Amino acid sequence: MPYFLAYEQINELLAALSALGYRCLGPQVREGAIIFDDLKDADQLPWGLRDAQKPGYYRLEKSEETEAFAWANGPQAIKPLLFKPKESLWRVQKNAEGKYLFQETLPEHQPIALIGARACDLAAMQVQDKTLLTGQYTDAHYAWHRQHLLIVAVNCSYSSQNCFCVSTQTGPKATSGYDLALTEIEDGFVVEIGSEKGEALIHALACESATKKALEKAALRTQHAANMQSKRMPKNNSRALRDILMNNLNHPRWEEVAERCLSCGNCTSVCPTCFCHHQTETPTAQNDGSVHAREWDSCFTQGHSYIHGQVIRDTTEKRYKQWLTHKLGTWWDQFDTSGCVGCGRCITWCPVGIDLTEEMAAISGESNEKK
Amino acid sequence: MKKNKHPIDTPVNMNVVARREESSDIFTLTLAFSDRPEFSYDFQPGQFNMLYLFGVGEVPISILEHGKNDTQYAHIIRRVGRVTQGLSLLKVGDCVGLRGPFGRGWPLEAAKGKDVLIVTGGLGCAPSVSIIHFILKHRADYGRLMILQGVKHSSDLIFKKQYAAWASCPNVQVALAADVSLPNWPGHTGLITELLDQVHLNTANTIVMMCGPGAMMRATAERLSTLKVPEEAIYLSLERNMECAMGHCGHCQFGGYFICKEGPVFNYLEVKALLTQKGF
Amino acid sequence: MEKPRIAIHKFTSCDGCQLAFLHLGEDLLDLAEKVDIVHFVEMGPINPLAKVDVAYIEGSISTPEEKERIQHIRTNSRYVITIGACATAGGIQALRNLGNTQEWMKAIYATPDTISTLNTSTAISDHIKVDFEIYGCPVNTQQILASLLSVLNKVNPTASKDKVCLECKRLGYTCVMVTKGEPCMGPVTHTGCGALCPSVGRACYACYGPAENTNTASFTQWLSSLGLSDAEIARRFLFIQNNAPAFKEAGLKLRTKKKP
Repeated sequence: MPYFLAYEQINELLAALSALGYRCLGPQVREGAIIFDDLKDADQLPWGLRDAQKPGYYRLEKSEETEAFAWANGPQAIKPLLFKPKESLWRVQKNAEGKYLFQETLPEHQPIALIGARACDLAAMQVQDKTLLTGQYTDAHYAWHRQHLLIVAVNCSYSSQNCFCVSTQTGPKATSGYDLALTEIEDGFVVEIGSEKGEALIHALACESATKKALEKAALRTQHAANMQSKRMPKNNSRALRDILMNNLNHPRWEEVAERCLSCGNCTSVCPTCFCHHQTETPTAQNDGSVHAREWDSCFTQGHSYIHGQVIRDTTEKRYKQWLTHKLGTWWDQFDTSGCVGCGRCITWCPVGIDLTEEMAAISGESNEKK
Repeated sequence: MKKNKHPIDTPVNMNVVARREESSDIFTLTLAFSDRPEFSYDFQPGQFNMLYLFGVGEVPISILEHGKNDTQYAHIIRRVGRVTQGLSLLKVGDCVGLRGPFGRGWPLEAAKGKDVLIVTGGLGCAPSVSIIHFILKHRADYGRLMILQGVKHSSDLIFKKQYAAWASCPNVQVALAADVSLPNWPGHTGLITELLDQVHLNTANTIVMMCGPGAMMRATAERLSTLKVPEEAIYLSLERNMECAMGHCGHCQFGGYFICKEGPVFNYLEVKALLTQKGF
Repeated sequence: MEKPRIAIHKFTSCDGCQLAFLHLGEDLLDLAEKVDIVHFVEMGPINPLAKVDVAYIEGSISTPEEKERIQHIRTNSRYVITIGACATAGGIQALRNLGNTQEWMKAIYATPDTISTLNTSTAISDHIKVDFEIYGCPVNTQQILASLLSVLNKVNPTASKDKVCLECKRLGYTCVMVTKGEPCMGPVTHTGCGALCPSVGRACYACYGPAENTNTASFTQWLSSLGLSDAEIARRFLFIQNNAPAFKEAGLKLRTKKKP
C-alpha cells in the first residue's frame, strides 16, 4: 500500500534515519556532477538540475522542473559503499621470534542510509551479491557493509541519452532490493515499502496513503523516463549475447575498437557490477607490521593478467575483448545473469566515448537504437 | 558468520621445517602449523595454497604432498616472481603465512582402477608431481602409470634423478622428449605428441592428466583423440594470475570459469574452446 | 643480518626527488637503523665511490663528467634504482634535445666556452643497466619508502603500472575531462601521484610520464575534438616527460604534421 511523502517531510525522514543511528547519504552537486555525500538537509539536494550525458560527456544543466531527482545518475552510487575502492583485509605483526601474527580487519562504522539509488543501481547490487555473497565463499567485508546499508531508492522520471535500462529490464522503476522506493511527483513522493525496516520508518513519519491520482502521476513519471530512452542493448541483453560474442572472437570490430580504446579502466571503475580487485601489501616504515588490503583493479591493466613474466592480455584488443565477452557473455556462465544493468556509466565516463551498445551492435548485427 | 575449518580469509603462521634444492631455481619448502603442530587439514593433489611472505604478499603454490607426517605440507616452488624470489631465501625455522587449500584437484576417483597417463611440458610442473607421488603412494588403486615429459631443449630437463626413480617403480613407464637435443640424450628428439605412439595406450581404460603450456596440451589432446582416447577422459591443470583464490578478485577468469575455484584442474571438454585462444 | 648499504647520487636535476627521503621524517631515523646510508649529500654522508647494495640515482646525464661518473656507480652498485623524471626520461631539460644546444648557450650565457655540457639530456638507462625506475616529478615519499622496504624484505621493488584514471576513480574524484572538457592527461599517464591534480579539480599534466600500453593516437584525436590545436596537444606531450619515448613520439608527430 503506497504512501505519500511531502517535500516538507524529507527532513523528517532524515531525522528519523539519524535517530535510528544511520549516517544519511544523498545526491548533491560536487565538481560538476551528482555524487552521494552526507545529507543533513533537503536543501542540499540537486533541485532543478538534470544531467546531459553523451559518450564521454557529462554536464549538469537547469531543467524546466524544480524537482530534486529529475536526473539520471552520477559517476557512482552503491558500489563504493559495499565493495569499497580500497579496503584493508588483514594485518600482520612480526614478533621477536619472527613469527607472523595475523589479524583479520573487519569494517567498523556507522550504518548507512543511502537516499536516491536508482533501479539500475539496485539491479547492479543484486548482481554483486551473486559474486560476493553466494557460492562457496562469502566475502566478509562486502557482507558486513551490505548488512549495514539501508536503501531509499528513487524511481527515475528522467533518462539520459546513455540510459538503456528498458532494454536490460532493470529499470526505470525499482522492483526489489530497496527498503523504500520513492517516485517524485508534484510536491512530494509516492512511497513504496520494500522491507520491514522501510515500513517502520514510514509509520514513524505518519505519512498518508497515496491517492489514486498520485499513483497515476507516479506511473506516468516512470513511463516518461522509459520513453525518453533512445539506446538499447542488442538482443535485449539476453543470454544470446554470450554465444554471439564467443563465436565472434576474431571479428574485425575488436581491432577497430582497440584503436580507440585508451585501456585506462574508467569503464570498469564506474561499472556498478565490476568486481575485479587486486591485493596490496603495505609494510610499516619500521617493517615490523604490514597491512594486506585490496583495491579496485581492472581487466584493462597489465597487472590483471600478469603471470610470472608473461602478460596474457598484453594488447588493448585482448583487454577490450575480455571486458565485453565477460560483461555481456561469460557473466551468464558464472552468475546466470548479464553483467550489464543499462546504467550507461561506462559510455559517459569513457574519456573517448566508446559505447558498448554500439560495439555490441557491430558484432551482433542488431541495432542499438531504441524505437 | 560460518568459520572455515581451513584458513581461507586470513592466513595462519607456518614454520619452514624442511627445504630441498631441486634445481638452480626450483626448491621445495615443507611447512608445518606453528601454533598447533597436531593440526592437519585435507587436500587433494592438484589443489594449491596461497603462501604469504611478510611485507611482500601472496602467491599461489601447488601442494606437492605431505612431509614426514600428515601435519607437514611440501610445496615445490620455482623462483620466477617477487614473492617466490623472497621465498627462495627462506631457511628452516623461518615463517610464512598460509591460506588454503583452494581449488579442484585431480580426478582421483575417476582414475581409480585405470591406467594413468601424465603428460607435462615445460619446467617443474608441480601439479603433475603431486599426482605422480599420490599414485605411487596408493599404487594398488591404479593401473599402469605412464609419465611423459617434454622440454624445448634437452638441457632444460630438471629432476633427472627423479625420472629415473619413478621409472624403477613397478608398472611405471617414463618417456622424455626434447624438441632439440644434445648428444647422449636418452629420450626422444621431437615433439611430445610423438611419444604417445610409443606408450601403447589401453585407450578405453586410461585417464590422462596434463599440465604445461596451452598449445602443448591442445596438441596432445588432439593427438589423443585420434588415438581414440575419449575427450572426457582427459584432464588438465591451468594456471593464471590469482590473488584472492576464492573466485572474487577476477584475475584468473578463463571464459566462464574462475580457475582458482572451478579449477585449476579441468576436464578437457570444459576448456577446449578457449585453450589456444589468445588473450584468455 | 648485515644492513644493506645505500647511496643516493645526484646528476642533472633540481634535487627535489632526494627530498622524498628527507620527507620521511621520523621514519627516516627508524630506517637509518636498518640500512646503512653511506652517501647522501643532502643529508650529510659523502662517499661517492662507496660500494653499495642499492644506489638511488636522481638526475639526467647532461655533461661529459656525468657520462663517466654513472659508469663507476654502476660498477660499485649491486642494484640501481633511478628516481624521478630526470633520471628515468631526461627531465624537463631534455627539451634541449629538440633544439640547438650550442645556439641556446650562446644566447643565454656570456661565456659559453666555460660551460662543459652535452648536446642532449638523457635518461640513466640510456647509459647503464637500470634495475628499477621510480617515476614522478618529483617522486613521493611513499614510493621511496616502498622501495626501501622491498630492499629490507629482500625482494625487488615493484610499483603499479596503472594509469592515473584508476587511482582517480578509487579516490572518488570526478572526471575533469568528462565533466568540464579539461585536457586531462590521466588516461595516458603512469600512476603513483595519488591523482593529485584531479583531486583539486585540475587536469593531470603527465608529470609521471607515459603509462604502459598508452594509446596516444586515439587520445590526441579526442583532445582535438575538445578543441585543442595540434600545437597545444604537442605541448602537453612535450613537457616534463618530453623525452619519454611514447610522449616524444606523439609530440613530434604533431609537430611535424602538415597543416591541412
